[in-house]
Amino acid sequence: MSIHATKELQAYWKENLVIIAVLLGIWFAVSYVCGILLANQLDAYRIAGFPLGFWFANQGSLVTFVVLIWVYVWLLDRLDIKYGVQQD
Amino acid sequence: MSILVWTWIITGASFALYIYIAYWARAKTTGDFYVAEKQVPPLLNGMATGADWMSAASFISMAGLISFLGRDGSYYLMGWTGGYVLLALLFAPYLRKYGRYTIPQFIGDRYYSQTARLIALLCAIFVSFTYVAGQMRGVGVVFSRFMDVPIDYGVIIGMALVFFYATLGGMKGITYTQVAQYVVLITAYLIPAIFISMHFTGNPIPQLGYGSPITAGGAALLNDPSTQGKYLLDVLDGLSKDLGFAAYTSGQRPMIDVFFITFSLMIGTAGLPHILIRFFTVPKIRDARSSAGWALIFIALLYTTAPAVAVFARTNFIKTVNNVEYVNAPSWFKNWEKTGLVGWKDKNGDGIMQLRPGKWDDPKSANEVKIDQDIMVLANPEIAKLPNWTVGLVGAGGLAAALSTAAGLLLVISAAVSHDLMKNILRPSMSEKEELWWARGGAGVAVVIAGLFGIYPPGFVAQVVAFAFGLAAASFFPAILMGIFNKRMNKEGALAGMIVGIVFTAAYIWWFKYGNPAANNPAGWWMGISPEGIGTVGAALNFLTAYVISKFTSPPSAEIQDLVGSLRYPGKEVPEATSH
Repeated sequence: MSIHATKELQAYWKENLVIIAVLLGIWFAVSYVCGILLANQLDAYRIAGFPLGFWFANQGSLVTFVVLIWVYVWLLDRLDIKYGVQQD
Repeated sequence: MSILVWTWIITGASFALYIYIAYWARAKTTGDFYVAEKQVPPLLNGMATGADWMSAASFISMAGLISFLGRDGSYYLMGWTGGYVLLALLFAPYLRKYGRYTIPQFIGDRYYSQTARLIALLCAIFVSFTYVAGQMRGVGVVFSRFMDVPIDYGVIIGMALVFFYATLGGMKGITYTQVAQYVVLITAYLIPAIFISMHFTGNPIPQLGYGSPITAGGAALLNDPSTQGKYLLDVLDGLSKDLGFAAYTSGQRPMIDVFFITFSLMIGTAGLPHILIRFFTVPKIRDARSSAGWALIFIALLYTTAPAVAVFARTNFIKTVNNVEYVNAPSWFKNWEKTGLVGWKDKNGDGIMQLRPGKWDDPKSANEVKIDQDIMVLANPEIAKLPNWTVGLVGAGGLAAALSTAAGLLLVISAAVSHDLMKNILRPSMSEKEELWWARGGAGVAVVIAGLFGIYPPGFVAQVVAFAFGLAAASFFPAILMGIFNKRMNKEGALAGMIVGIVFTAAYIWWFKYGNPAANNPAGWWMGISPEGIGTVGAALNFLTAYVISKFTSPPSAEIQDLVGSLRYPGKEVPEATSH
């Protein structure tokens, strides 16, 4: 029997794909939307001395990237346990 | 003690440490040599990945590059970090689950094709050599600038060191020296940045400091009391505009090009073999995910500091050099003038240094000041009035950055030769001992070739970095992604996709760099996309071709589909690849 056949595992994979899609959506929004496409418009707002679009391009997207990976690590740890596919 | 003595002491001590670690972690098996027996803890793997990733260029040149590019420079910042999100979510856990040694091996097994294996191993070798040439040159340059050693001797010293620990230790030796090298390079980068941030804004965190107002002490350093209390970025924007440059925080490049370059750098990062193989070295699947997280923390520490350094250094440079009489030039300016990194040509004969847009040696430009981008990092300790030993530390940091990246790349080349070419294509029957000799020999030969590139830099080195990222983006990224996420993707589709992606990207870059350099400008580019950003299009063509071709050809065998299925579930076994 091939191991990818069970319904359980297919559900695990689907949930994983949803998590990936949501996190990559945020990844795209902070870097490409806020840091590039809307950077000029966002520059009208400021946090401290930073124009907002400039800040996203320089710092904000990088900080978000770090958070995204750790959120993924945390979510997948829980998902692995929920479906019993974690490694011992 | 003098700067030179400090530099020799600190560099010597760091080299002794690397040699000791390499001896302690020497490889005994091919598993040791290729993947450190998969026993590297995720936090240490994150540090090693950071050092592997951050090259001589990241350490010495990037802040300076950004200081000239302003907001546009953030395609480097986002492009060279955003790829790690892709690595963590799309590649790292699945490649670790696959559990073998190299990227060409994954591509060869997944697409049950020796041709695919061969294309992948040639790409891996080409990309890695392109990259490593710059690193060996970087070692020589640091030696010559900090220690008055001719560049060629510097390259040879670096070669000898890398030769020792790469051939002896393989991945295991490289990993643990990279951990030490990360500590050296990040300390060397952060200390001057923290002090400069405190001097100018009173904030010890550079990432916040460059968005803060200038203090009284900062205004005194800039010789301009009127800047006190104003936001540093506002002062820099104002100065830039006064001198005829664009405002620092504004973007100049066409948005479409910035978009495509950023994307190309991100997927190129995710497709670079020397980064991908780092995820083979951890014990478990979840460790592969978390080591990507650690890696990005350690990388972001430097990559968020770099734009701060760029702003501090640029503001300081303009304020303390522009419109200042040469006889009153700051001491760091005169110190570094000897190296040719800064210079002054009194075109109008008034004895005053004028900094304007344009080239300093162009008689038509009013600019009189030469600025090499590297000065923005190298002169930092002196600008921050730090003690001599910190200058030595920056030298050791630059060497650590260059050596660690070089070692990771050399390992990819060595494994491509010994494991992919010899073991998996030419001589499948050879013993492990024999393979280990091929691996050590491959690493040794690769070091020598890389060193020769460092001593006799081919004119195209600076040009071909676009090649490395473009090819990784157009070949590896799509092939690996489809290999994991599309069970139906077959040999025919993947091969056609890789060939189309590689040929298109290489031809586009070649045309604008060599074929017709006169057209290398936004008006000449296709859709306004520069050669640096074309990898994005190459990858898109690869996906499209592969998808269409795979629809019209037979799906992979059940065993291959099982292999792909098994990659997706951490606790289940991966079947051996049988069909070739």
